[in-house]
Amino acid sequence: MKVHFDSIGMRFGGVRVLDDINLSVNAGEFVCILGPSGCGKSTLLNIVGGFVTPTEGRVTIDGEPVTGPDPRRIFVFQERGVFPWLTVEENIGFGLFRQKDDEKRARIARYVQLVGLQGFERSYPRELSGGMKQRLEVARALAVDPDVLYLDEPFGALDSITRLQMRRELLRIWQAERKTILFVTHDIEESVQLADRVVVLSARPGRVRRVVDVNLAHPRDLSDPRYIALRDEIFGEIGLAHQI
Amino acid sequence: MLGLVLLAFWALAVVVSGTKIFPSPMDVVRGLLELARRKLLWAYMGDSLFRVACGYLAAVAIGIPVGLAMGWWSSLARAANPVIQMLRPISPLAWMPLAVIWFGVSNLAPIFLIFLASVFPIIVATMNGVRNVPPMYVQAGRNFGLSTRALITRVLFPAILPRILVGLRIAFGVAWLVLVAAEMIAVDSGLGYLIIDARNAGKRYDLVVGGMLLIGLLGLILDTLIRRAETLRAVRWAFHE
Ligand SMILES: Nc1ncnc2c1ncn2[C@@H]1O[C@H](COP(=O)(O)OP(=O)(O)O)[C@@H](O)[C@H]1O
Ligand SMILES: [Mg+2]
Repeated sequence: MKVHFDSIGMRFGGVRVLDDINLSVNAGEFVCILGPSGCGKSTLLNIVGGFVTPTEGRVTIDGEPVTGPDPRRIFVFQERGVFPWLTVEENIGFGLFRQKDDEKRARIARYVQLVGLQGFERSYPRELSGGMKQRLEVARALAVDPDVLYLDEPFGALDSITRLQMRRELLRIWQAERKTILFVTHDIEESVQLADRVVVLSARPGRVRRVVDVNLAHPRDLSDPRYIALRDEIFGEIGLAHQI
Repeated sequence: MLGLVLLAFWALAVVVSGTKIFPSPMDVVRGLLELARRKLLWAYMGDSLFRVACGYLAAVAIGIPVGLAMGWWSSLARAANPVIQMLRPISPLAWMPLAVIWFGVSNLAPIFLIFLASVFPIIVATMNGVRNVPPMYVQAGRNFGLSTRALITRVLFPAILPRILVGLRIAFGVAWLVLVAAEMIAVDSGLGYLIIDARNAGKRYDLVVGGMLLIGLLGLILDTLIRRAETLRAVRWAFHE
């Protein structure tokens, strides 16, 4: 067991945002946290990321309580998280200040390659498309070789075709690098396409309504009846959530 | 091009009106050449530039750290902002009498006024820059394990540099405006002094106009240099070309 949420609760002033979240994530697992907008998904991810302290409960990773952000676990935002004043290679090398120069150069080259940004090493983010910026941010995160990636609706700002390509890319990278991934989304299809397990949260205050195992091998066939059954099951679950 | 038209218009107007007081372009050039012969031209320009440089650089050295601190600690901004907002609308020229009391007849008086004029735009631009840094940049910096110091030098500073640059340019414009007025008191050299002295000592309007043109020209050159900084690699990302 890699990441463990132990009775996490969060309130902002009088507003309860998260209520008694219990969840365990295994090493190498891809878990999607799915819920309607405003249910506290980002708050939950910020809590595991060490950026926000929960008002109740705690998160442990490899048995150690989380007390702050840590380079072993990198948070990926929507594409706007890359530094616009750095080039592609400088962005990827941003977290590599502890490495020797040749090690740094080798890693930059490797991750430029992995996310398919060859030829754009000296480009600035403003010269890249939305999807390329997102790949750049993933590369910057991977370059420091973290065990865990946190992704908060990372493809939310992309058009639907790019979004599909990015999901495929992310799965390929996940399979190559074997990271533990916590992926927040409000998109049901996205969660069933990507995750080993989908954690369905209720509307605010967010509670774990259901954890759905997605026992489908990759690449997933989107017309497979089992895929459709799982998707519809979660639709039903969320539909109920909207009636509260 | 428009400059040439205006110049021709000026020369023509002087001839047509037959004025004895207002100088023609040639008078101005002759006046400036005479000044150059008396070795005053370069000395005056040098003195003016020196004063602006001192006051302005002091404003940069103080304004940027103060702005950084005020942007970073909102409690500090809450405490200091009312004072700054109250001092800011006071024209630096209103400080002249005080400057003379404090610094007497010396270079320090105009330098102080130039400092006052340029420090506030720099503080405000820096502070707003820090406040407008997207929180995710800072969050990402902390996530990668940067120390506070590295966070400031590698994330905060590059993120706000373009805004600081805009503030520096505005501040320079104000500093240059104040210079001339500041040199009309307390000192006996510089382009501002040239104008007031030429008028008082013998109504040399050729030198008055010459001084004005020099001030405009130098200001333009310096502003162009500052604008050139906007194309530097470190800030180019924020300015669309
Ligand atoms: N720092 C904060 N202060 C006060 N309220 C907040 C803060 N962060 C989030 N909230 C509130 O908590 C709720 C959940 O927000 P968020 O975690 O961003 O939801 P989601 O990511 O699921 O859309 C929202 O109602 C939001 O307004
Ligand atoms: Mg969110």
